[in-house]
Amino acid sequence: MLSANQRQALELMARTIRRHVIEMTWRAQSGHPGGSLSIAEILSVLYFSEVRYDARQPSAVDRDRVILSKGHAAPALYAALVEAGFFPRSELKRLRSIQGLLEGHPCVSIPGVDVTSGSLGLGLSAGCGIALAARMTDHDQVRVYVILGDGELNEGPVWEAAMTAAHFHLDSLVAIVDRNRYQNDGATADIMGTEPLAQKWKSFGWNVVEIDGHDVEQVANAFDCARGMKGRPTVVIASTVKGSGVSYLLDRPDLHYKAPTTEQKDLSLRELGFEQGPDDE
Amino acid sequence: MIGNYRDALGEALVRVGSEVEDLVVVTADVSKSTQSIRFQQRYPARFVSVGIAEQNAVGVAAGIASFGLPVIFTAYAMFATERPYEQIRNMVAYPRLNVKVIATHGGINVGEDGVTHQAVEDIAIMRAIPGMAVAAVADPGEVTAAVRAVVRNKGPAYLRIPRAASEILHRESEVTFALGKAETLRAGQDVTLIGIGMMVWECLQAAERLSAEGIQARVLNMRTVKPLDAQALLAAATETGAIVTAEDHNCCGGLGGAVAEYLVAHCPIPMEQVALRDTFARSGEAGALLAAFGLTADEIRAKARVVVERKGNMRIGSIC
Repeated sequence: MLSANQRQALELMARTIRRHVIEMTWRAQSGHPGGSLSIAEILSVLYFSEVRYDARQPSAVDRDRVILSKGHAAPALYAALVEAGFFPRSELKRLRSIQGLLEGHPCVSIPGVDVTSGSLGLGLSAGCGIALAARMTDHDQVRVYVILGDGELNEGPVWEAAMTAAHFHLDSLVAIVDRNRYQNDGATADIMGTEPLAQKWKSFGWNVVEIDGHDVEQVANAFDCARGMKGRPTVVIASTVKGSGVSYLLDRPDLHYKAPTTEQKDLSLRELGFEQGPDDE
Repeated sequence: MIGNYRDALGEALVRVGSEVEDLVVVTADVSKSTQSIRFQQRYPARFVSVGIAEQNAVGVAAGIASFGLPVIFTAYAMFATERPYEQIRNMVAYPRLNVKVIATHGGINVGEDGVTHQAVEDIAIMRAIPGMAVAAVADPGEVTAAVRAVVRNKGPAYLRIPRAASEILHRESEVTFALGKAETLRAGQDVTLIGIGMMVWECLQAAERLSAEGIQARVLNMRTVKPLDAQALLAAATETGAIVTAEDHNCCGGLGGAVAEYLVAHCPIPMEQVALRDTFARSGEAGALLAAFGLTADEIRAKARVVVERKGNMRIGSIC
């Protein structure tokens, strides 16, 4: 149960992550804003309530791991990492630039990035490997969080890994499905249906928690539930809205890989409650 | 004397597993045919089988390696490299993780199982990945030393092991196997025969026949296609002026490709390849297949005569 203050702080952090996403993709004039915005609350709760890390020791072996398997949401991850103190804020202005630290998709040369991602369908396998390695080396406190897109679930290896996690009883592993119902070419229901999604995961042996992915309280409670589950991995199916928080992106799958124009950026920042422009911080 | 690779790999995994105490072995339902079951029996806590799921196996291996443990992923060459190629590229090689892909069943010497199980592109595709070391053993006697070498070398690597029983070239205790170091098995000044895998033995047989015909062939067991032993290669080029490569692999991008790339840049002497001529093989007994597809000592001998002829009175010093 979050206190009112915690709840407020996590909601503000989600808003801050959204602001960074809009500013970063606008400045870079490339990237995936919609799929980044849908995981703002998930990242806020992960990095500012749930995950154990020390930004000064990003390689500490006993840290929890976060894998952004839907690596195209990198701007949101970078926003969370910068707020967590892993690297200087100035790097956000050089997203995807040849002089910058921040690659288009997450890579391990970036402090705080635990696993390279960007090619869809691979993160859950790596999560299984980390959970197995933690068990082998008696680091039982290490927890592993893997953020998957719902479109990403089209990839076969996700389900190979889903079998593996259940087979090895990897209860330190939490998969989070960002169920924003859109993928590159359109609605997931039209491109490659995944329903009944909860039943699929259940039948694979997972503990399934379904939540509103934009409610920080529900996100936090889902992670609590996962921590209490012994012998089975947990999947949090988080219903979200692609482009959540800014109006121009809602229900616009055609903007999956489109950076905001200056007008869209200014409008979005106003909607998020930030009146100032990006260079005024 | 003939030896088999299965026993050699099982033994190697157990031995290297005792030397490297945090070594983990990942496999995909082939623990009997790779004999990684012997590692499992000895070190059950450090063994993971993910079932018939090679793409997942590589991701799992990458996750384990990212935790700081060295990992061997072992399966057949086709399914260890070609099925999970992208996983190896993006999850292992790009982050430079300590995952060693050690594959049995490399080449058409797989035999009876046929084309779907005969990897003849694996060296080319592994070599194409930035920073990936690529090695091959020439006989069962080299297996332990080769496994030890790739495990001790930091970063991603591919080690290819044939399937068919092979002539023993090395006494195991005498092998020193280092990445980037070729082994000279025979001295000669007229031509150099460079082999990997089972074709090293064929190179030695070819050299015998050539010797009887008055051509003295140097024989190199190249061992690592990447990094190449540039010193040994340049010496072979400048001192013998003619090279034949031999591999149980397609003619594109493997040992022949690597040697040709080097020679064109540094010492463009006459060179020929013995390899599959851009074709799939078929089912059949290993020896019969190798003969049918031209992977033989006779073919190497014939190509050696061609390059020696082409070399003619070329003044190597003027081009190298």
